[in-house]
Amino acid sequence: MSVRHALLALLSEGPKYGLQLRQEFETGTGEVWPLNVGQVYMTLQRIERDGLVECVAEAEEGPQKSYRLTEAGRNELMSWLGPPPDTGVPPRDELVIKVLVALRVPGVDVVELVQAHRRRLVGMMQSFTAIKAAADERDVGLLLVADAEIYRLDAVIRWLNSAEARLERGVDLRFPSTPLSAAAHRRRRLGAQR
Amino acid sequence: MTAMLELRQVSRSYGEGPTLVQALIDVDLAVRAGELVAVMGASGSGKSTLLTIAGTLEDPTSGSVVVAGTDVSAMSRNDRARLRRRSIGYVFQAFNLLAGLTAAENVALPLELDGTRSGVAQRAARAVLGELGLGDRAEHYPDELSGGESQRVAIARAIVGERRLVLADEPTGALDSVNGESVMRMLRAACKEGVAGVVVTHEAQLASWADRIVFVRDGRIVDHTPPRPGAESLLAPSPRP
Repeated sequence: MSVRHALLALLSEGPKYGLQLRQEFETGTGEVWPLNVGQVYMTLQRIERDGLVECVAEAEEGPQKSYRLTEAGRNELMSWLGPPPDTGVPPRDELVIKVLVALRVPGVDVVELVQAHRRRLVGMMQSFTAIKAAADERDVGLLLVADAEIYRLDAVIRWLNSAEARLERGVDLRFPSTPLSAAAHRRRRLGAQR
Repeated sequence: MTAMLELRQVSRSYGEGPTLVQALIDVDLAVRAGELVAVMGASGSGKSTLLTIAGTLEDPTSGSVVVAGTDVSAMSRNDRARLRRRSIGYVFQAFNLLAGLTAAENVALPLELDGTRSGVAQRAARAVLGELGLGDRAEHYPDELSGGESQRVAIARAIVGERRLVLADEPTGALDSVNGESVMRMLRAACKEGVAGVVVTHEAQLASWADRIVFVRDGRIVDHTPPRPGAESLLAPSPRP
């Protein structure tokens, strides 16, 4: 997964500090992907070097640096969001990240993004089904491989269907702006009780 | 090629006032002869309503249904019934075979209802059953058939004679994956012979047997795939970032 692009997405909402970026990243991804602060600052240095973000001038005197997205950074983010993560295999985890990240990017139609990914994956599934349709029924090896790919794609497509329905319902799924939401506290408490 | 089935701006609502339910809203869909189209959506999305309207079993509230170039709303009741008997085949999740008739009699039934002599209809029925690998099941009653066999008999009944449009509502819903696949193979083969097919399903795996997939949600077509990619597209070098 791309920490680099996740940070660019968070900064597409406006200038932020490093610590703030880390907290928002973790709460925004349901704390499934922990991120240490060193990773955040190292990534920030690299993307600053690459001209994708820049320091906000007035904040430079304070203890923490604040960063904002440059035009080049915005272009990089947009060109990463669209294409499928890997056309060879169904890339579920990166796809989840892409959709989560897309929620934060102003001007991106997330439902359209979900549909575009689904169209591609269903197209891949049609291709594997065409392989099955043309295969000799005794060619069990080929049929099993095609089935495996079809079932993997099916799981991702089901997730995209439910994501589409959830997003269409108009629920505000944007990351909580506070570092630790009440929901995150509750989730932790529940985890501790188990 | 002209469409065998065309839905033009079809809407369907039930009830009125506060209880109004919009089952379909401004649906446009065209299916050509030789083409299998899958309509995919969750339960309650309107996909089954779409199928019953396409099959002239129900009228749209507005818009028109054109089958083989003829607007169904301009037809008399008798003409419409004849169209259903002669040109449209239906396949349901629950098979809907008549328990008191053998497989061959079930398949021959739509032809006989349309006035074909019994002997001729029975011969046509046996021929179709033979093509679908069910020649040795022709004299069996539905309760002597497995689920997969029953659905294949139902498909034989849907394509017997000169059917030009086959409509299937979750045809594999009651079957395991292997039998479900053989049902989809048959529907696809029937379409390759020149029938126009529409299958509604909530399962992507089944929809992927179709040439084209349209996605329905809350009564609207919200998305559709381009025409079927070939298997060779998987073998093409994939662009890497």
